[in-house]
Amino acid sequence: MTAVAPQPNRVSQECIMRPGNTNCAGCGMSIGLQLLAQALEGERPYLAIPACCGIVTAGAFPTSAYASPTIATTFASSAAVATGISAVLRQNGDESPVICWTGDGGTYDIGVAALSAAAERNEDVIYICYDNEIYGNTGGQRSSATPAGVATTTTPHGKTERKKDMMAIMAAHRIPYAATLSVAHRGDFLRKIRHARATRGFRFLLMLSPCPTGWKSEPAESVELIRAAVGCGLFPLYEVFDGLRYRINDRPDGTPVEEYVSRQRRYTSAQIDPAVVRARVAEQWRCLEALATAFPAD
Amino acid sequence: MARALMTGNHAAGQALALAGEANRAARGCAGGAYPITPQTEIIEYLRGFEFGKGRIVAVESEHSAMAVCMGASLAGARAFTASSSNGLAYMTENVFAAGYLRLPIVMIAVNRTLGPPWNIWVDQGDSLALRDAPWLQFYTDSHQDLVDTILVAFRVAEDRRVLLPAIVALDGFVVSHTQMAVDIPPQELVDRYLPPCDVPHRLRPEHPATMGGLTWPRETEHQRREIQRAMERVPEVLAEALDEFERVFGRRPDGAFRAEHTGDAGAVLIACNTMARTLRTVVTRRRRAGQRVGMVKAKLFRPFLRQALRDAIGPATRVGVLDRNHSPGSGGIFWQEVAATLQGRPDVLVQDYVVGIGGGDVTPEVIDGILDDLLVRERAAEPVWEEVAT
Repeated sequence: MTAVAPQPNRVSQECIMRPGNTNCAGCGMSIGLQLLAQALEGERPYLAIPACCGIVTAGAFPTSAYASPTIATTFASSAAVATGISAVLRQNGDESPVICWTGDGGTYDIGVAALSAAAERNEDVIYICYDNEIYGNTGGQRSSATPAGVATTTTPHGKTERKKDMMAIMAAHRIPYAATLSVAHRGDFLRKIRHARATRGFRFLLMLSPCPTGWKSEPAESVELIRAAVGCGLFPLYEVFDGLRYRINDRPDGTPVEEYVSRQRRYTSAQIDPAVVRARVAEQWRCLEALATAFPAD
Repeated sequence: MARALMTGNHAAGQALALAGEANRAARGCAGGAYPITPQTEIIEYLRGFEFGKGRIVAVESEHSAMAVCMGASLAGARAFTASSSNGLAYMTENVFAAGYLRLPIVMIAVNRTLGPPWNIWVDQGDSLALRDAPWLQFYTDSHQDLVDTILVAFRVAEDRRVLLPAIVALDGFVVSHTQMAVDIPPQELVDRYLPPCDVPHRLRPEHPATMGGLTWPRETEHQRREIQRAMERVPEVLAEALDEFERVFGRRPDGAFRAEHTGDAGAVLIACNTMARTLRTVVTRRRRAGQRVGMVKAKLFRPFLRQALRDAIGPATRVGVLDRNHSPGSGGIFWQEVAATLQGRPDVLVQDYVVGIGGGDVTPEVIDGILDDLLVRERAAEPVWEEVAT
């Protein structure tokens, strides 16, 4: 086995995911890791990564794409492993960030008990879910993050159930900070990571993560897809402080939902009705605006 | 030494706390805590203990209790927890992961029958179900044996030649909820006995390794063989740990096997945990009556030291195994190991007695009946089920 030396990189000082990894073109998670590194400005967080594409990113022993100390946890355990790491760092006066970097399967489904418990204990951990709305690593099966209507390998005729509202669940834990992240809104993304870094206690960040392989979309369009998801209101950018104070960062700009759904065969193959999607987007915004009005952050 | 009357659970809790506190000058201690009968008082004790540098996290499941231990150990702390029965079963995935990551965690297993049906009484089937995990397994027969073995387990598990986690098992209720006089050593002696915990592969930003990632078959095979070699180094490390224990505390805990009257015995019974103490009562009485019978208390189940067991059994040609556990479709789990150990001895009759399943009381009279059977049996048969009164 020959270890391949990492190539010199312009941003090597800021790099968490090194060049030379084998992630798919257009992978939102890869973009997220680069933005995370930029926001942390060279700081090396401890990473707890469960079974997901995020750990496949590391590559095969003895090489690793991660420039940060990383533990591959069991699928359900990233929040609990991060708890142990954080507890020991803090009792030794070490304030280094401890970050869970997880997919939606490890967050919405199998890891939700450990996640909820770590949030309830207000552990000093940053939990980032890159949500590609499927079990991407196993080839694209439905999760509770998969939106209604989407075709996956285990919902070949389209998923009949709706996507779980993880932000609402996490806000209900009254954690210090919860926010959504868009890879198409770099400034907003970096600001939120920096705010999370500067905050103590449990922080939850949810990133809609384009997966060209699973979404059946063009890799080159990944960032534009997320811009469309935010623009049409399907993926609102907002922050929740202490679970009770809301700030909406961006409002729908009139982008039609077709702009988002028609460019992904996971939607079109199931022939979902854009009118239904529009109605649900409207419902979601009524709810969010009501919360932001009743409980404003500013 | 402070000699005090206490339950097995409080004795275990105190031993864990002493071990955790002994690492305060290094990276401290941490662990996960989740209740399950009959171990609950252990984690209650730990949650109430004020560590100089340590944190016991009250988690939402046994699976997470072990995950917290793994995170703590990966960050360089001394890590420990306790569980029982279905809790151990629920934890199993992370039990394997902790061992494969070579994290020297110590876990107390208060033996309890796996359900369903719902049964809270003693049966070693819960911890023995973890026999194929890369963990050391100690079985203790009394409150004192428990306290001493917990301290020994930390020393052996954290030794660089071993670096594997360890289970210390005790009988649910029979030990966990009964009181015996126990010598709890003072902190200064435990500080002297346990070196600072040093996890050489702990996560470090200045050396950003990825732990537990993808490997190919060859690397995986190497990793498994390294674990086997580490297991093979346990006898020497354990012997040193017992020698040092005697130097520091002035008494010597039992090693892997404790042979009693086997030098001239024609028949030998083997048992673990408190059944070994009941067996001792029977064997002592029979010896007084002039019968050449002996016994072996089995304490270390993983690694299973076959030569040490052969030496312990001695010249006996009839060997019976008391198994308070059952592997469906096969038989008692200790028996499987004993039979494999004696496969080069066709002159020895090895008979399994599955007894006390689900916590039935294995009295001296029950063991007398088993010994009588072993003494006259013409050939070994399939495992015999000995029913006991409830």
